Amino acid sequence: MSKLLVWYGELTTQRNLANRGLAFLGAGMLWLMIFLVLPGLVLIVVSFASRGAYGQLEWDFTIENYKRLAGFSLFGWTADYIVIVLRSVWVAFVTTLISVVLSYPLSFFICARPERTRYLWLTLVIIPFWTNMVIRTYAWFLILAPELPLAKVAAFFGLIPPDAPLYPNSFAVYLGMVSMFLPFVTLPLYASVERLDWTLVEAAQDLYASKVRVFMQAILPQTLPGLSVGIILTFVPAMGMFVVPDLLGGAKYMLVGNLIQQQFGASRDWPFGAAISMGLMVLTMISLQFYRRRSKEIEFV
Amino acid sequence: MSSKIDKGLSVKDIDKSFGEVKALVNVSLDVHEGEFFTLLGPSGCGKTTLLRIIAGLELRDTGRVILGGQDITDLPATKRQVNTVFQSYALFPHLNIFENVAFGLRSRKFPQNEVEGRVNRRMEMLELQEMADRYPHQLSGGQQQRVALARALVNEPDVLLLDEPMSALDAKLRAQVQVELRRLQRKLGQTFILVTHDQAEALVVSDRIAVMDQGKIIQFGTPKEVYEQPKTLFVAEFLGAANLLHGRGLDGGIQTELGFFHLKQTPKWDNGTVAIRPERIRITDNPPEKNAVKAKVREAIYRGTNIDLWLEPGPMRVRTPAHRNYELGDEVWLELPPEGLVILDE
Repeated sequence: MSKLLVWYGELTTQRNLANRGLAFLGAGMLWLMIFLVLPGLVLIVVSFASRGAYGQLEWDFTIENYKRLAGFSLFGWTADYIVIVLRSVWVAFVTTLISVVLSYPLSFFICARPERTRYLWLTLVIIPFWTNMVIRTYAWFLILAPELPLAKVAAFFGLIPPDAPLYPNSFAVYLGMVSMFLPFVTLPLYASVERLDWTLVEAAQDLYASKVRVFMQAILPQTLPGLSVGIILTFVPAMGMFVVPDLLGGAKYMLVGNLIQQQFGASRDWPFGAAISMGLMVLTMISLQFYRRRSKEIEFV
Repeated sequence: MSSKIDKGLSVKDIDKSFGEVKALVNVSLDVHEGEFFTLLGPSGCGKTTLLRIIAGLELRDTGRVILGGQDITDLPATKRQVNTVFQSYALFPHLNIFENVAFGLRSRKFPQNEVEGRVNRRMEMLELQEMADRYPHQLSGGQQQRVALARALVNEPDVLLLDEPMSALDAKLRAQVQVELRRLQRKLGQTFILVTHDQAEALVVSDRIAVMDQGKIIQFGTPKEVYEQPKTLFVAEFLGAANLLHGRGLDGGIQTELGFFHLKQTPKWDNGTVAIRPERIRITDNPPEKNAVKAKVREAIYRGTNIDLWLEPGPMRVRTPAHRNYELGDEVWLELPPEGLVILDE
């Protein structure tokens, strides 16, 4: 850091500028330190501890928790936890996919509305945001209740026994998950669609492109920024979601989120809970990295 | 002009409205094969709408579009042997120049070796071969325009549509590109339809011009015809400067406030207007025998190759070679030769 004078709106030195930068960053850094980095470190440490007989932490360094997560136990190897983890990835993936598939037509539909009604439609998308997640999930209980048309239709086609509700099952989980995350995809995607340069679409049509090719070459590249944000905002929290699968999926529908919650709650096995959390975090990082790689392959400048 | 329409394009009785606004009113035109045809008019005259209807990017209300004897009115853009150079060029930002040019051929699933051959030939023709691996944002405006041209031409369309392709270029480059475009069209012998609001550009490049105003075609003709024989006041004023004389139509001439002027024909109207281009007026020291006006110099603008004079009465505009000096207040005689005076309709 030199004492060289530089011009930055005023005459100053580089050191001055650097200090000023740190001062601006300081508050945010502190916040992240206290509420993200520190707990993260604690989590790492705890994940190597073990559970005492009464649920207390015992500070012996062990990798037992991770071995257990990988399926090794006193009674040999079992795939239980791995199945739960893979199921979580799968549920998050399908939820994201359905949300994206629904969001594209929805974004184009909203963009095509006249200015006056467009904000009404956007508000309708946003409103669920303003409602508590648990309340929203319970609302599905009512909608899927045996007396109401949805369950009746399903019963008519023999999908469920008569007079049974349409939950708990994976259909209900996806319904709850998608309704939870749809706005996270739709809003950023809408922002991209709104700024779409339609002459590129016309150019593609002019150059004999099929409908699929028009989408892949003229629409997707332009909406990719919004789509990426939406995918990340959906996939990452969906991996750790536990309220919806707990309520709408029933006891058999265990996801990583439920598992972690169980360890920190009912089971009082913090070290194992921490180990699962670490596993989830690593998996999320790997997924994001994989996603970044893939999207670089289809780099759109 | 042959009566047989081979690969030419015909537009018949096209109407188009956007809500209350009538964009096109009963427009018909014939473009011959191998012709450089220009739609010229001010912004909002409907010329771009007409181009988009020909391209299949806009639906007409009524009327037909016929290409090479085949009715293509109801064909979507993707099925028309017509390609467009867009005003903004509309290059695909995520594709390199080669893939941009190859886009149309790839859409139609040409085999790779044929794609390469045709794309490379076009890129060479437009001096783009060095740009193949670059991306559109790395190119200058002029280069982007050539890519847009190559991307359309590589498909060998029956008609190439150009929507104000030169509006984003600076004046000097534009003049150069106009000449190049003209040369390219001659060499390829393909049908070009250009949309522009720049009358100078239209005069430079076109075989034939259609002058449009308020959704209608006002006049067809060669550049020389529309410039020298404008039919209406609008055409006379839109294509360069025009001096207008209003008066009463008499046998073989017109009676105006400045006196009687001989014309080549007797006007069909009783009251009307004749026009004369500034460069058609002659300046003389002695009073000419007929069609003379005595005038006083109000303003003299030196333009290098010529001088533009504003004279009283009038104001009358005269363009004259720059080998003589004019002072403000100089009195000169003007001769308005009958062959320069054009009788306007109405």
